[in-house]
Amino acid sequence: MIDDIETGIRGFIEENFLFRSDGGELARDASLLEAGLIDSMGVLELVAFLEDRFGLKVADADMTPENLDSIAALTAFVAGRTAASVAA
Amino acid sequence: MCGIAGLFGDGVGTREDAGDMVRMLDAIAHRGPDGRGTLARTGAVLGHVRLSIVDLPGGAQPLEDETGDYAVTFNGEIFNHVELRRELEARGARFRTRSDTEVLLRLYIERGEACLAALNGDFAFAIHDRRRNLIFAARDRVGVRPFFWTRGARRLAFASEIKALLALPEVEARPDPLALAEILTLWFPLAPRTAYRDVFELPPGHVLVARPGAVEVRAWWRPDYPTLAEDAADRRTESDIRDELAAALREATRIRLRADVPVGAYLSGGFDSSLTTALASEFLDRPVETFSVTFEDAQYDESAYQREIAARFGTNHHPALCRGADIAAAFPDVVRAVERPILRTAPAPLYALARSVRAAGTKVVLTGEGADEVFAGYIFKEAKVRRFCARQPSSAWRPALFRRLYPYLPGLAAQSPAYLRAFFGMALDRVGDPLFSHLPRFATTSRCLAFLSGDLRAAIGAYDPLQALRERLPERFATWHPLAQAQYLEIAHLLPGYILSAQGDRVSMAHAVEGRFPFLDPHVIDLAARLPARLKLKGLREKHMLRDALGSRLPASVVERPKQPYRSPDAAAFFGDAPAPYVAEALSPAAVNAAGLFDPGAVGKLARKCAGGGARGAGDNMALVAVLSGQLWARDLAGATPLARSA
Repeated sequence: MIDDIETGIRGFIEENFLFRSDGGELARDASLLEAGLIDSMGVLELVAFLEDRFGLKVADADMTPENLDSIAALTAFVAGRTAASVAA
Repeated sequence: MCGIAGLFGDGVGTREDAGDMVRMLDAIAHRGPDGRGTLARTGAVLGHVRLSIVDLPGGAQPLEDETGDYAVTFNGEIFNHVELRRELEARGARFRTRSDTEVLLRLYIERGEACLAALNGDFAFAIHDRRRNLIFAARDRVGVRPFFWTRGARRLAFASEIKALLALPEVEARPDPLALAEILTLWFPLAPRTAYRDVFELPPGHVLVARPGAVEVRAWWRPDYPTLAEDAADRRTESDIRDELAAALREATRIRLRADVPVGAYLSGGFDSSLTTALASEFLDRPVETFSVTFEDAQYDESAYQREIAARFGTNHHPALCRGADIAAAFPDVVRAVERPILRTAPAPLYALARSVRAAGTKVVLTGEGADEVFAGYIFKEAKVRRFCARQPSSAWRPALFRRLYPYLPGLAAQSPAYLRAFFGMALDRVGDPLFSHLPRFATTSRCLAFLSGDLRAAIGAYDPLQALRERLPERFATWHPLAQAQYLEIAHLLPGYILSAQGDRVSMAHAVEGRFPFLDPHVIDLAARLPARLKLKGLREKHMLRDALGSRLPASVVERPKQPYRSPDAAAFFGDAPAPYVAEALSPAAVNAAGLFDPGAVGKLARKCAGGGARGAGDNMALVAVLSGQLWARDLAGATPLARSA
């Protein structure tokens, strides 16, 4: 399931932020901010994607680079929230 | 206000040269629909297309002096020509015309290069000095009027627009990869570079002196500011400055109303153009003709403020609605006019506005452009807040100030403090970088570089436009207040490189409409530059001194309204209900491959995102406009000459 989450997130980022496909794969832990892939609207696009695709509600307090700034962080965030909602 | 062209070199003046001049003038005929002149002399051919504004019967050009030693072709206006003429006459000069052109020529004959300091005007001109066998060309301080040149084996060629140079057989239309890197980082090619290889811009405030086989280019004017110590020692208060500033701006406006045709005004509804309108109405004995762009989308539209100002000053107001489809329809012509890729559609509504000005029978408009750069407008607040944050990078609440900077950007309003800190906190450790004020803007823009083709990226290599800009800064730069440093970057580079060209001369002169800029009067610039930084941007109150000195002339609602920068729909303009057919064609893999400028796969993804309404951020919008304008520009390049295609 984690693999599915990561694949979905990676696909969204490659299609909507990375654009190029000739630069090799984006590293799991590469910072989207430092790579210049994301701006302020980009964060909102990302949050909207997470909410639509994974049925989450992303609270304001969760909108932090710690949760959203790499494929690895996003995957962990979504997996954690999904597990929490299943457990609840 | 007109278009100029010239050829110079040993043996120049042949029938072939005269024929080439015809093609050059054809290419810039839009700049001067009222007349055309060519002067073939030994060693030079000068050409001119005329938009007649001053001395309608006597102002024909090129103009020779009575000895025939000197001849001038001149684009622009010398606003203080009345006073200069009086001084020259007092010293015995006799004039044959009432034109400012003859004043300029006389002054050059009397003083040589030193004549420039006396000129209060917007100008680009070339004088053929037959005695010394040289061309002396000069451009105004901030680059209102354009001047481009190139040099072949046999001759030097110059003109108001690049398209006139591309009409020559020796000039090939080839993109300059480094210029594209600069545009996609800085917004403009770094003069003297242009988007075309081997075609150069004479930078603002520079002269060009050409002798057969040699060209020398050097600065005659640069923006200058007090040192940090001088700024700190300046104890003046508002009341010490108020009257002098108001008088300078009134005078700047008064002499910019000099013309033998009616002068109108652009009215955006913001403080600057409202003030220009107010001042113009003080001097005119008839209603000011005001012209405005309006938008359907409330996030861009300012028509309520425009109507308020028009009513307050009793102007004869002409609003022009600009829809997304209008932007898309005008865009190919806009790219042809600006002669390079651009990052915003903002020139397109101004192109359409100039068309409507011309249709209303007006040739000259005052604009409020330049006030933000000269008097420290909203563009400088961000750097001030970033410097404030840099003192305490870990502060939790300081980043919240960033939201106050851009209340019109929905993306920021919804942002968490953590991300605000991440976006604006970039490079907080680089406060010593001379480009500190502009680093976030350049970082956002440079995302467009990712769309360049592999070949272009290889040609650009390790070239760094930011480093190139740093190396262009004057020695005194390091001694200035950080606010003055940021102002210098705007006035010396962004203003001429983008605002006054892509949003100014090129789109207005496409319809033979001349813009005049009271805020860019040299006395106003000098006075503003000498203001202490604490009075330019008082706290976060932008253009404080200007508001203080002249705000009482305007309704409080306009003086104190939040700044709404002039913007227009970008990507959305091209993907509406009925998209212009050229858009899909220009962005198709075949067209992208054929042009060779961009990566077809990346462009495809971007186009899909935009078509689906997903491009909401500045980065995506700039990339789309850059790619589309680049594709249209490449299509023009592929034709023999850009203008030949549209003729």
